[in-house]
Amino acid sequence: MKTVITQSTDLPVLLKARTRIARPGDGPDARFFNARTLLWLLLGLSILLGVAEAQNGKESVITVLLKWTPLLFKGFMFNILISFMSMLVGTLTGAALGLMQISLLPPVRAGSWAVTQFFRNSPWLVLLFFAMFMLPFEFRIGDIRIPFPDWIKAVIGLSLPVMANVSEIVRGAIRSIPDGQWEASESLAFTRRQQLWSIILPQCYKRMLPPWMNLYAILTMATVLASIVGVSEVMTLAGQVSAAEGGRTDLLAPLYAYLLLWFFLYCYPISKLTQKLERRFAVKI
Amino acid sequence: MEAFYEWFQVLYDQTGINLTIFYDSFDRKRFISGFLTTIWLSLLCLFFSVIIGLAGAWLQGSKLKWTRRIVQGYIQLFRNTPPLVQMYFFFFGVSVLLPQVQNEYGFNGPMFSNFFWATVSLSFFAGAFNVEIFRSGIEAVAESTKEAAEALGFSRLQTYLYVVLPLAFRVCLPALNNNLVNLVKTTTLAYAIAVPELLYVSNQIWSDSVNVPEMMIVLFVCYMFLVGMLVWVMNSWERSLKLPGFGG
Repeated sequence: MKTVITQSTDLPVLLKARTRIARPGDGPDARFFNARTLLWLLLGLSILLGVAEAQNGKESVITVLLKWTPLLFKGFMFNILISFMSMLVGTLTGAALGLMQISLLPPVRAGSWAVTQFFRNSPWLVLLFFAMFMLPFEFRIGDIRIPFPDWIKAVIGLSLPVMANVSEIVRGAIRSIPDGQWEASESLAFTRRQQLWSIILPQCYKRMLPPWMNLYAILTMATVLASIVGVSEVMTLAGQVSAAEGGRTDLLAPLYAYLLLWFFLYCYPISKLTQKLERRFAVKI
Repeated sequence: MEAFYEWFQVLYDQTGINLTIFYDSFDRKRFISGFLTTIWLSLLCLFFSVIIGLAGAWLQGSKLKWTRRIVQGYIQLFRNTPPLVQMYFFFFGVSVLLPQVQNEYGFNGPMFSNFFWATVSLSFFAGAFNVEIFRSGIEAVAESTKEAAEALGFSRLQTYLYVVLPLAFRVCLPALNNNLVNLVKTTTLAYAIAVPELLYVSNQIWSDSVNVPEMMIVLFVCYMFLVGMLVWVMNSWERSLKLPGFGG
């Protein structure tokens, strides 16, 4: 494919975009990083740590980590719960916002564009602070009090940037459908709503899936930010574990590396799957 | 200038909008230093992450299998883990393993400051993305161009620096632009390890003067400004580097 292009142009300084896109998105030796290699690496790392620790009399780092694993796992599950809920809220609101961005009414379009840009360009942590401080700790409807705990506020705070990003994904996917689709369906006497729901959107789902999954991975990695604003999740627990072990300084690096590993094991398969889907759904030119 | 500052005092008295960062000289000083710290941190991280990206992309083209694998491992590890945990790992984990040094007051202290570790962790985080971005640009350079350079007696490093990179850079600027904007937004994480950057000082100010809504809006405006400036600079650079005939 590449050679054909290079022969057909006089000065092949840069390859045309289509040849670049047609290539697999993976770097060299990407296949090397499969589950087996990871297991070997883990085994090697734990042996290394065990040997290093066997020398002094204290409880070895591995036993300490194993001892606290159930607690940390509970915290990690809480992170996953936060990510699911934020993704749900963010996707629903973001989809609505994205559809508003292609509205035919200029004020709706401009307004939703401004909201999207505002939440997309603000740092996640600032938005989290925003939700934490600006939302009340309970809602009152008549006599009924609905409590609003910190972690719900964190879910809302994290769903704000998700909303803006989903909005852009939806708008981008709809824009990527050729105008001919709109015109052809219009000539078949579909109303605008019918065009959107039965012609355009069904073609968009495939294109939206990879960036949406990518966004989910980013969101999962952002859930640890909730520890900064006082939600007790896996990072908070890690700090407490360190304190419970008497603040052993040699424990800190393995402890945080352990957390890194968990997030890696959760997010890496998602990113691999995303790449695979991207390649499968790639538009053939 | 004084009259301008005084006006905010009047604004507070009449409307209750309390912008201490203008009329209170102490808060003003704090806020400006926080703003400058954010800019400085961003610039350092931008610089080092681009350097890491360029070096990583070069190493990925290496003939040695293990060099490529290590670079690939670095990319995957840093892309798929939370930047905050990375920062904690460096600041709490790695920092204590290094020898302590005597600081200016005669006490034993850590070798590097929190600002240093924030720079390191954020640069590595953004650098991992930059390697992939530069690699995609390098792949856009045709093999025949590299062969032509080789025929003219360029070494592999020279080909990379003088032929491949100037061409590849144009291709990856849009993606790089995106990642650098993300990096500027991620500098807020330095708050967690008490680097006195914009979010940190704003937190101090709203704790002292209980003006959370006003400071929130000021924060949003500041980050909009920073991101806007970066996007504007990068876009004009992109336009000036544009090669006719290669739109995308």
